Amino acid sequence: MGWRLISLGLLIGAWYAGSQLAGERLLPGPRAVALALLDEAESGALAFNLGATLARVAAAFVIAMALGSVIGIVMGRSPIANRLGDPWLIVLLNLPALVIIVLAYIWAGLTETAAVGAVALNKLPVATVTVREGARSLDMGLDEMAYVFRMRSWTRMRHIVLPQLAPYLAAAARSGLSLVWKIVLIVELLGRPNGVGFEIGVAFQLFDVTRILAYALAFVAVMLAVETLLVQPLERHIARWRLRPA
Amino acid sequence: MAAGGSLHVLGELAFGLRSGEVAALVGPSGCGKTTLLRIIAGLDRDFEGSVFLPAKGRLGMVFQEPRLLGWRTVEQNVRLAAPRASDTELAGLFEMLELTAHRNHYPGELSLGLARRVALARAFAVNPDLLLLDEPFVSLDAELALRLREELAELVNRRSPMTLLVTHNLDEAIGLADRILFLSPSPARILAKIPVASPRETQAPERTAALRAEIVRRLKL
Repeated sequence: MGWRLISLGLLIGAWYAGSQLAGERLLPGPRAVALALLDEAESGALAFNLGATLARVAAAFVIAMALGSVIGIVMGRSPIANRLGDPWLIVLLNLPALVIIVLAYIWAGLTETAAVGAVALNKLPVATVTVREGARSLDMGLDEMAYVFRMRSWTRMRHIVLPQLAPYLAAAARSGLSLVWKIVLIVELLGRPNGVGFEIGVAFQLFDVTRILAYALAFVAVMLAVETLLVQPLERHIARWRLRPA
Repeated sequence: MAAGGSLHVLGELAFGLRSGEVAALVGPSGCGKTTLLRIIAGLDRDFEGSVFLPAKGRLGMVFQEPRLLGWRTVEQNVRLAAPRASDTELAGLFEMLELTAHRNHYPGELSLGLARRVALARAFAVNPDLLLLDEPFVSLDAELALRLREELAELVNRRSPMTLLVTHNLDEAIGLADRILFLSPSPARILAKIPVASPRETQAPERTAALRAEIVRRLKL
């Protein structure tokens, strides 16, 4: 913890030194950004925009993870499904995020559905590939055990399949979260009237670097909180059976 | 019966089991003993022949490896396989297999011997009509194997399932079975069916040795 604080202190120090060198207009110092952040917070705009962006992140994340897990499990367990789905996956994986977003807005209009759908579609193939890897490495011996003891399919899913997939789901969730929130900002920049991405777009047109940094920092802080308060405790809970020494 | 692509693992063989009877399958490595158990359990469907199981029979199986869920405790492992077992039944089972102290441990914390006992507890907890045991005591030290054998004998006497035990240990077969089925090398046929008098009771070592000598002479092992 001590080293982390020192590292953080160094970063802020370098930021301050950089702003002195480059000038406040190109790189405002920590103090100016903190004041801008306070201003936005007091007016309520910060909470409103953060909320809008977080809601989009959550919706796209949940849709992509749910669909990606189901498709990944099916493709991992059925060679035919895998051969059918693999070319689609490769196309989706290599389609630039921007193309998906622009096409979604053209086909579905500048709507919330198009925005969330485009983000989910960007994240979907990554989640699918990760979960498929997990589904391929499922222990056949345990499958046979479950068959012999006539376990119900829900029991098998919950107590045999999902625990084996947990590390893969966690990896997909972790990489997915950072991917999703970056793409959400682009979606907002291109076609939404609110959210952190929209605000940064406006600030860009006004060349308001202070506001850009204020919103970026606020959002990073929120995602760090999600990571430490939600993702990490969940991972520890899932891995609790590994932690105990023999 | 044939299994595994074009590979003939099993030859022609037929046998029946009465309820409460233990049959031991003894034969050389690779003669298809495990394949036979897998066919009976319904895990291998690629064979010619027929298997008649007790109507609506519950199946209990102990694989060569314990096959426990590493992310569930000992007790959860048993309960998931046997959701209908009562608390008292389970407590009795854990007591007999000396697992009571380990109920809340995860399989990764157990020695192989303990994990084997959990697998036995799981198979018995379903109160099986047919019990399939695939070398359940292999690679355990002799003393522990002997104790587990006695525990298994007691469980069989108390609950009388049909039991099929695969082993390559003749003493184990003599100590547990009503009948010993000797299989030939692959493709396996039954070479001999040898009954054991007053099975699963403590016998004078001379009697066991005599039976052993007779088996060795008859099969020219």
